[in-house]
Amino acid sequence: MKRTKIQTLAIHALLVLAVFIICLPVILSLSISTQSETQALSFPPRLIPSSHLVSNYKTAWNTVHLGRMMFNSAFIAISVTIGKVIMSLLAAFAFTHFEFKGKNLLFFLILISLLLPVPVRIVALFNVVGKLGWLNHYAGLIVPFWASATGTFLFIQRFKTVPSELIDASKMDGCRPMQYFFRILLPLTKSTIGALSVIEFIYIWNQYLWPLMATNSDNMRVVQIGIKMLMNAESSNNWGVIMAGVVLTMIPPLVVFFVMQDSFMKGFALQSEK
Amino acid sequence: MKQSTFKADVLPYVLLLPTFIILIVFLFYPAIETFRLSLFTVHPFTGAERFAGLYNFKNIFTNSEYLHSFGISFLFTLAVVLLGLAFSMMIALLLNERIKGMKYYRSFLIWPYALSPAIAGALFNFLFNPANGIIGYFTGHRTWLTEGSTAFLIIILAAVWKNLGYNIVFYLTALRNVPRDALEAASIDGAGPVRRFFSITFAFLSPTTFFLLVMNTTYAYFSSFGLIDVLTEGGPARSTNILIYQLYRDFFVNSKTGYAAAESLVLFLLVVGITVLQFQTTEKKVHYQ
Repeated sequence: MKRTKIQTLAIHALLVLAVFIICLPVILSLSISTQSETQALSFPPRLIPSSHLVSNYKTAWNTVHLGRMMFNSAFIAISVTIGKVIMSLLAAFAFTHFEFKGKNLLFFLILISLLLPVPVRIVALFNVVGKLGWLNHYAGLIVPFWASATGTFLFIQRFKTVPSELIDASKMDGCRPMQYFFRILLPLTKSTIGALSVIEFIYIWNQYLWPLMATNSDNMRVVQIGIKMLMNAESSNNWGVIMAGVVLTMIPPLVVFFVMQDSFMKGFALQSEK
Repeated sequence: MKQSTFKADVLPYVLLLPTFIILIVFLFYPAIETFRLSLFTVHPFTGAERFAGLYNFKNIFTNSEYLHSFGISFLFTLAVVLLGLAFSMMIALLLNERIKGMKYYRSFLIWPYALSPAIAGALFNFLFNPANGIIGYFTGHRTWLTEGSTAFLIIILAAVWKNLGYNIVFYLTALRNVPRDALEAASIDGAGPVRRFFSITFAFLSPTTFFLLVMNTTYAYFSSFGLIDVLTEGGPARSTNILIYQLYRDFFVNSKTGYAAAESLVLFLLVVGITVLQFQTTEKKVHYQ
């Protein structure tokens, strides 16, 4: 199936077009975030960057306490990610390396949890977290998300590919289960841990509905809600400042994404095989 | 082959304990409690509960506002899924051609995955805003977001745009498993690229397509909340008021607990329905071993 030169050229052209369409909104937001209020509101729209970069970013940072929100989002996303990784590692270890009563039932219950995304249980979840005194509190945004069916399945799949001989040999050496887990299994699982971490960090950083309901004071808000607050605060459509906030909010997940791109792709590939 | 196991009586339960504490307290109990509340009316201030049977369900399904929301959620989801899968499959096919710079193309096509629905909402708000939205300028039409029908189109576009990266990643992975020799054999037999695609590639992609169908459906029903809240707040005139936004308003803004719980149960049944459908189709039609 040899391609002609024209076909190759056509593929490049189509791909460039796709890249252009996909990147356009973000490139524009970068440019607008450097413009003054009048420039950003000019008609016809001005597309080239201007000189208000620093002042816009300062205003965005100060009007809605974006710095505090960035910290909240980062703290919450990292705490959820660490908790999820630990819990799913332990659960996956139990399911793959032991025989015990009720194993199938417990596995089935974890599977069922996939049918219960937040909106399905939000009314009572709100009450439960309220009774624990965790509304407007980091705990309410972190602890409910620690259990992970996705993570458990991902690690089960990884553990299944570890050769049985390794367990047999360790048992002969008198290795206890947790020693085997820490010394042999964990080092072999590094790339899967990386993959799950990227997926979960981005997922939690981008959450919107639950943080909106579970917090009510400015100093507990997360950065996604900050975007909305910025748009309301700058109701005069000061798009330069709003886009500066948008750009700041995009940076952390994009950095994580580009740095960990390879392990992320691998993790995704595993996910669809479950 | 079965994996070797360790002998231990208590340890596996200890390992599973943290996960199950979280599952019981924050997933199973709230789910059951939400379902229970759907059968009650709850006083907004005192919290007093009164058993109401199917009153809440009768109420939501005779409420024209809710039925409207139900209908547009379905249309919204259908459009997001169909357009999203079609575009991402096309882009993935292009990316799968062995050409120079494929790695860079790939990076710049999948990175919106890392952006949030709220960010997508803000970006599209800027693109289409009535004052000086750039699209308004180039199309000479400035009421994209102030008219119901076009606002509905824009939330679809924004939702599709945001999820393209996610879909492309899965299709790219699946395309690597399409056997090259099958394609080449078909080519020798005189099958053109279109025939080859529909008779071979498409079939090999179908397990991924079904997986993505489910993921995109739940994405459209649930994750688009942030997008709607930033872009349209369900308006104008409720034209983008999808179920999740209606649920948020009934529970959080209007404090109609029992009523909102009933709405949650409807969402749950939708999730179960889609999942069952996925399991059935994956077992029957789309298994290629």
